[in-house]
Amino acid sequence: MDMDDFEFGLDSFVVPSLDEHGEVQRGDVTIRNTVEEAVLADQVGIDSYNIAEHYREDFMDSAADVILAAIAGRTSRIRLGTAVTVLSTQDPVRIYHQFATLDAVSNGRAQLVLGRGSLTESFPLFGYDLSEYEELFEEKLDLLVRLLREQPVTWSGKYRPALVNQYLYPPLPEGHIPTWVGVGGSPQSVVRAARYGLPLMLAVIGGSPLRFKPYVELYHRALDEYGFAPRPVGMHSHGFVARTDEEAVEIQYPHWAHTWQRAANERGWRAPTLEGFRTEMERGSLYVGSPETVATKMASMIRQLGLSRFDLSYATGRVPFEQRLSTIELFGNEVIPRVKELLTDANYDPATALASVAVTPGA
Amino acid sequence: MSLREVNDRRIGIVGAGKLGTAVARAALDAGYDVAIAGSGPAERIALIVDVLAPGARVMTTTEVVDQTDLILLAVPAHRFRELDRDLFAGKILIDAMNYWEPIDGVNEELATAPRGTSVLVQSWFSSARVVKSFNQLGYHDVDEDRMARGERGRIAMAVAGDDREAVEVVRELVDALGFDALYVGPLEAGVALQPDGLVFGVALTASELARLLWDEAKLA
Repeated sequence: MDMDDFEFGLDSFVVPSLDEHGEVQRGDVTIRNTVEEAVLADQVGIDSYNIAEHYREDFMDSAADVILAAIAGRTSRIRLGTAVTVLSTQDPVRIYHQFATLDAVSNGRAQLVLGRGSLTESFPLFGYDLSEYEELFEEKLDLLVRLLREQPVTWSGKYRPALVNQYLYPPLPEGHIPTWVGVGGSPQSVVRAARYGLPLMLAVIGGSPLRFKPYVELYHRALDEYGFAPRPVGMHSHGFVARTDEEAVEIQYPHWAHTWQRAANERGWRAPTLEGFRTEMERGSLYVGSPETVATKMASMIRQLGLSRFDLSYATGRVPFEQRLSTIELFGNEVIPRVKELLTDANYDPATALASVAVTPGA
Repeated sequence: MSLREVNDRRIGIVGAGKLGTAVARAALDAGYDVAIAGSGPAERIALIVDVLAPGARVMTTTEVVDQTDLILLAVPAHRFRELDRDLFAGKILIDAMNYWEPIDGVNEELATAPRGTSVLVQSWFSSARVVKSFNQLGYHDVDEDRMARGERGRIAMAVAGDDREAVEVVRELVDALGFDALYVGPLEAGVALQPDGLVFGVALTASELARLLWDEAKLA
């Protein structure tokens, strides 16, 4: 497998960490720490750093483009993107302005993942009706894709004023900005990504990643039907890397449980358990463990699903800054080289390799 | 309509999203003849069904209803009233929908329905025989947790309904698709299966599930 074009990314929700006194860090500190984390990611050879979009007290990622611009000024290589941009409640014209500008200040490193995300605060905040989600996303995707591909644009729709022979500035170089569509398992969304000829990002945050295999096939078949050449498929999942499997569980589990408990309270899910956490590590979509454990699982999924990009949503919840830095370092210095090594080995068999990982026994 | 007639291993599915296609796969594996419809013209979902549930027959909603007496409804909850009230007259209609704000938007009526959303579904489709099931587990549980009858640790799906004959038909379907079917009472008892309900998202065996509901009933 050729690994030159493969993208290893990190995704962040800009979560206020716990500091050394167990206090929740301030928002401004969290944002500056995030810049430091991305600078480190650049130094250790990670391909992209991507920031999500939320509007609530546990995430400080309400203006990803601003944080990404700050990172751009401190780095020279790493690509800077979103994970995801909630396009339905944004103005595509403004998204174009922000990310074409980011592309300029970063010398061509901007990228986007567009999607719905799993939280919905932006709808009431910006005055949109969630029950119109489909229509909103479709219309805004249509406009943004046109703005990115060809100007001037003449366009009219339901949710914003029409454009007539409109040019937007700054102009973008041909082929910029790489724009992916993030999907969480709706077959209709997979087909839509193909209909626009945009690469597909699968958000896999629970259960076996391999159940997404039919969706990858659906995507390729749909691309073919719409007359597009093959496009890359990526996957976003949560994970945490430490020196050993046990250390990774010890550090990550309490914060993961805190995050999921909150989601469970809000959405009527079942409460998180250590057993469930370990099941997700072993058979599900958590990439938690030593560099070897995480690399083995990643390589296996990359090969079996035919991926070209893997974004690790690293250090779920309020994991302290120092430990976030350490997981970035291990991901860049050890996990990525090991995944590349596994996938370029001609004799590599993903199924047996995964089975041979020394999985930590249940507690 | 006798039990035998509706048990001819045919099922219709209205809604070709995550859950609709997952149930279609499970039903095909169990040897069912599956007819499935999405919103709009059949061509729109032909590719999706061909890849995700190969073997299921794609048709319009009306055709699905004409084909089968047992129908699973899996459209977004805020949209069921877009379907004609008498569309499912006399049919057994499995309400697999959940009101889910991130999908359905804010809908006070669905969010606060005191006797559960299936009671609203039954009063809209008043000529159908509504049974609530397939909404307690996630669509990926439907894919991953299927087991043969009698296997240890087989997961249970709760079934609620007022029409006992219809409930029996749905229980047989649940069992054929790979789950123990636990009858939990009339349609309004289905509140326990919904988001925020006692057993929503809970993958347990029938006896564990029954125990959970029993303990709650004692406390109430």
